[in-house]
Amino acid sequence: MIAAIAFYCFSAVAVGSAIMVISARNPVHSVLFLILTFFNAAGLFILIGAEFIAMILIVVYVGAVAVLFLFVVMMLDIGFAQMREGFLQYLPVGGLIGIILAVELILVGGSWSLSSKIQQIRSSPTPSLEKMTNTHAIGNVLYTEYIYLFQGAGLTLLVAMVGAIVLTLRTRRGVKKQKIAKQIARRPEDSVKLHNVQTGSGV
Amino acid sequence: MVIPNLTPAIAEIFLACSGMLLLVYGVFRGDSSVRSVSWLSVLSIVIAGVFLSFGDGRNLTFNGQFIADDYARFMKWLVVLGSSLAVVMSISYNKTEKIEKFEYPILILFSTLGMFMMVSANDLISLYIGLELQSLALYVVAAFRRDSLRSSEAGLKYFVLGALSSGMLLYGASMIYGFAGTTSFDGLAVTLRGGTGEPAVGLIVGLVFLITGLAFKVSAVPFHMWTPDVYEGAPTPVTAFFAVAPKIAAMALFVRLLIGPFGVLLSEWQQVIILISVASMVFGAVAALWQTNIKRLLAYSSIGHVGYALVGLAAGSEAGVRGVLIYMAIYLAMNVGTFCCVLAMRRSSGMVENIFDLAGLSRNQPVLAFAFAALMFSMAGIPPLAGFFGKFYIFIAAVDAGLVVLAILGVLSSVVSAFYYLRIIKIMFFDESAERFDRAITGEIRLILTVATCFVLFFFLRPGLIVENAESAARVLFVG
Amino acid sequence: MDGLLREYLPILIFIGIATALAIVILLASFIVARQRPDSEKVSPYECGFAPFNDARRQFDVRFYLVAILFIIFDLEVAFLFPWAISLSSIGIFGFCSMLLFLVILTVGFIYEWKKGALEWE
Repeated sequence: MIAAIAFYCFSAVAVGSAIMVISARNPVHSVLFLILTFFNAAGLFILIGAEFIAMILIVVYVGAVAVLFLFVVMMLDIGFAQMREGFLQYLPVGGLIGIILAVELILVGGSWSLSSKIQQIRSSPTPSLEKMTNTHAIGNVLYTEYIYLFQGAGLTLLVAMVGAIVLTLRTRRGVKKQKIAKQIARRPEDSVKLHNVQTGSGV
Repeated sequence: MVIPNLTPAIAEIFLACSGMLLLVYGVFRGDSSVRSVSWLSVLSIVIAGVFLSFGDGRNLTFNGQFIADDYARFMKWLVVLGSSLAVVMSISYNKTEKIEKFEYPILILFSTLGMFMMVSANDLISLYIGLELQSLALYVVAAFRRDSLRSSEAGLKYFVLGALSSGMLLYGASMIYGFAGTTSFDGLAVTLRGGTGEPAVGLIVGLVFLITGLAFKVSAVPFHMWTPDVYEGAPTPVTAFFAVAPKIAAMALFVRLLIGPFGVLLSEWQQVIILISVASMVFGAVAALWQTNIKRLLAYSSIGHVGYALVGLAAGSEAGVRGVLIYMAIYLAMNVGTFCCVLAMRRSSGMVENIFDLAGLSRNQPVLAFAFAALMFSMAGIPPLAGFFGKFYIFIAAVDAGLVVLAILGVLSSVVSAFYYLRIIKIMFFDESAERFDRAITGEIRLILTVATCFVLFFFLRPGLIVENAESAARVLFVG
Repeated sequence: MDGLLREYLPILIFIGIATALAIVILLASFIVARQRPDSEKVSPYECGFAPFNDARRQFDVRFYLVAILFIIFDLEVAFLFPWAISLSSIGIFGFCSMLLFLVILTVGFIYEWKKGALEWE
């Protein structure tokens, strides 16, 4: 009963805020609505028992991706009005594609069937939630059975890191930086010189 | 806990390790190490190719997610050639254009690793991981000249559309998983073979989405929109790389996916492949007629070539797959050679890319003009050059599979496309001389050009070398 | 399933109370306080005089780089959670698998550090 109420609340807010993402006038507001959508999606995932995905949604999407979006919105510095130009112009085409996708989904969903051999061939079936949590079940296979994909993902992240730096890092010339090692290595002997100055003769 | 057998994947492991070592080496040595990092990357890619030759037979590892067989080895060798030559071609270019960075060869190396993973994928997830590793590196090298507006635009366009196509591919993969409960190719083959009656709707829709994603990666019409812009905007050696290695890898994946697990559904996907192959051939032939930029022209030409290769896939037979493999090998040689010629189009003011700049090349640089002409004749498919044989094997397979109309359309569009290849030759040999190019073409590029031209000219003497390998590679897809 | 959801019940109640409280506070200040806005009152100001320029300023591309690098390490951390939970059942192989993953990302980290991407000029 509570689960059903929670489901309708989460999904209603998710759909509402998703609409706001594309219709808000201010792109910063759009990003904030996007965060709200992510939160509600996380709630929905919890309701179907997918704790891990819900957590990833919060940690990665809300914590990092949304922040990135905010930075990008601020970096681009687009006029708010000019961003909305062409919205109506592309609405028919976009709407048509959306409708086609929706119809396809409904058709597929309506006549959905499972393979007759699904019981024998399915790989790493999810254990029931009474036995272990989702996160535990993922951990049991991800690092051993799926090590190839796991390391492949690591390499992909490495390439992403290199790519981001290659494309955006610029070093400015003539910036005075603090070099801590140099500061610490500096001794009084190197920088202070004692002179015994004779009276009246100068240095 | 059984530790997986690593020997089938030794080339991949070697590439990953050497890529990381070179990254650390490069960052500690700074940008002065570009030359050594470039050559070491070439060496690593070549050594990985040598490692490939140690394997034989069909080996599965990592829980069946990775496959090493004759087919994978053949395609990986082509990828090795394409990637290592792309790095070699870039060395002097990047130096003169002042975009020397040690990350460039390393990114190419990592994308080669991604292509290896794609070619060896035996699971929908490993397919995706390989594809992403490859594309992520490609997006970056497309925008490598980051101060140029066109290069940044090329990278951005490629990235946005590439992400879209990856999304489609994932959508399709999840539908297939939803139907079959497995992502492994072997499992999918088992499910589909046992099916009776009409295949499930979800499966077909998923398959169509997968084909869409892959058609984008090989740039087949109607998913080709990015190709001309990216080819034009990216630095020329990067374009050369784009034109060969990623296409070969994506084509390898395409063929393995459709012939392997989805082979039973031939009648379902055949019509889709026929459609995109006809569209690619015709569009590649017609749209290139109006191009004056050599890189854009080659982009349309590569769209057309993908169309011809897809004819072989549409045949769905062993001969068809053999045709695709031979075609990709010849395509590699022709494109590498042609891009060497494009790299030679340099004047004191910088690179030139207009085809009319080639005017009178036969009088200024007769050897270059001769090589260029041979490559163009081969691209047009004029016997007895290599390009003719590529098309020949493909069309024979299509006719044998009963796709006579498709073969006729292919021949017709290759006649149309011959026009623009011959136009380049006409400009080089019969037009008023334009200003000379700098004779700054370096030794390594001259060597690559010579080898590629010789391959194209003398392929007919020893076609067996490639044909036999392609035959044994194609056979493994149809066993069992 | 029900057991799992019951564990989340306190969070749901918390979200409910937080939402209700936020609405009540906002509404209260809206209803109770006297609202008589005019154009001078609601316009932005800087210490009493009209602002010189737009409050929004373009961010440096550096922020973007930092955010991207943060996302990558965030994802890495996401991989650590299931590993920590099932470490007892995946044995030494699972342990080494994660170490290898961390080595790959450490290579990236060394690269970043040496390149100066973590410095703020």
